Amino acid sequence: MVAILETKNLGITFGTHQAVQDVSFSVEKNEFKSIIGPNGAGKTTLFNLLSGQLKPTKGEIYLKGQQITGSSVVERTRLGIGRSFQITNVFPNLTVLENVRLAVQSQAKLRYQAFTHYRSYQKFEEKALHWLHVALLDHKENTLAINLAHGEKRKLEMAMLLALEPELLLLDEPTAGMSLEDVPAILQVIKKIKEEGDKTILLIEHKMDMIMDLSDRIMVLFNGKLLAEGTPREIMDNELVQSAYLGGLYDEFTSQS
Amino acid sequence: MELFINLTINGLATGMLIFLLAAGLTLIFGLMSVLNFAHGGLFAWGSYAGVWLYLLTNSFIAGIIGAIFIGILLGFITEKWIIQPVYGNHVQQILITLGFMIVLSELLKVIWGPNQIAVTPPAYLTGSWEIGNILIIKYRAFIIVVGLLMYGLIYYMLKHTKIGLIVRAGVINKEMVQSLGINIKRIFLYVFMAGAAMAALSGMLIAPYAGVIHGNMGMEYAILAFIVVVIGGMGNITGSILAATLVGIIGSFMAYYVPELSLAVNMLIMAVVLLFRPQGLFALKG
Repeated sequence: MVAILETKNLGITFGTHQAVQDVSFSVEKNEFKSIIGPNGAGKTTLFNLLSGQLKPTKGEIYLKGQQITGSSVVERTRLGIGRSFQITNVFPNLTVLENVRLAVQSQAKLRYQAFTHYRSYQKFEEKALHWLHVALLDHKENTLAINLAHGEKRKLEMAMLLALEPELLLLDEPTAGMSLEDVPAILQVIKKIKEEGDKTILLIEHKMDMIMDLSDRIMVLFNGKLLAEGTPREIMDNELVQSAYLGGLYDEFTSQS
Repeated sequence: MELFINLTINGLATGMLIFLLAAGLTLIFGLMSVLNFAHGGLFAWGSYAGVWLYLLTNSFIAGIIGAIFIGILLGFITEKWIIQPVYGNHVQQILITLGFMIVLSELLKVIWGPNQIAVTPPAYLTGSWEIGNILIIKYRAFIIVVGLLMYGLIYYMLKHTKIGLIVRAGVINKEMVQSLGINIKRIFLYVFMAGAAMAALSGMLIAPYAGVIHGNMGMEYAILAFIVVVIGGMGNITGSILAATLVGIIGSFMAYYVPELSLAVNMLIMAVVLLFRPQGLFALKG
């Protein structure tokens, strides 16, 4: 199998605090991998390193065998990394359709053409509608994004992310801040993406049932370090992981290092 | 009644000219929050270059094309070498664009001399139509039509083209547009050039309307354009045309009844808007 993403001894230090230390892992093509760990374990920081928001102080990142450690966010987006944020990010004063169309036309690399050919424009709209359908947002296309419910905004964000057609999706707590009724819908969207089978997905989540259900493999991050990696079954049975979540490990693990 | 209609038409014509100047300014500020005080300089250059060509060739159309051409050219130069080095720093933007404005104005005097230049409309736009008791001066009607056409064009481009969508999204959140993989600086250069072209067009159109052009005309009209941008809301084209019409009509009535107060009143409207609705009357951003 080909590793689409690989890190080697990745680390970042803020002052004296080592937020991420020596994390080496690889993600295979079309794999669904989740990252779990207690609050402050460095999960979002790790995502920031992968998507380029932060530059590592140590280690290397490879995308499809190509070194991207120093690449900018825009470069990584163009290379095929798409990322969602814990905080919702949509354009409030554009319609739902316009939000997605912007992502579609960016993907189409027709960025700088001012006068559109009528038919290509229509093709963008069709594509945008397709992504809205995938994200379960049918019949919302003419609503202003500002008027969507929170859960719908997250779906819209997902549609925009998909419209960029990334090979590697980084999803940072897609259900964060969602009401309980909305969670099954976003879960359905993620499942649908997974079933299409042409995306590699890295997911950060706290909802364990969701993770167990979706993931091919799980990584456990603790105190900035990679504590364990394995199939959902292996992780469930791992004693080290159990104690990390149930407490008691903290002192032991830090005194070791 | 006759006076009322005449003053209104006069105000509308002035409003359209201010709108053309303000349209570029509002998008430039809305998109990259760049304070461009050199905009009036581009306007004056459009006026001088256009009039020079008009008087040389005796073709008004040639003058308009020349003005737009010089606007695009100067817009490109200004954005590349004056604005780009000071992205994100308002104090530096004010200083350098204000300085550039002075350079542009003085260069006009170096090239075309310090005296005012008299301009008259071409024959086919001279005179007036008489409808009942009301005289409609042709050139004023022409300006209003051009202004509305330009508004229609900008509106269409913003609503129905790819670059228009990027501009509207950029006004809301430019960081996010970049995170979608769009190079917004390139888009901004185009917007700046289009804004400069409209300013130059406005300068050319104002020449036969005012009858004379002079080196300091840039500053004079740029102030009105800034007032319009503030009243209309940053980055909002529809807000700009409404505010420009308001400023034009009020200016025209005040100039007739209380001429001493005509600029002061516009300043007063701006102050009131800033007090009660600092984001502008028609703002898009909250």
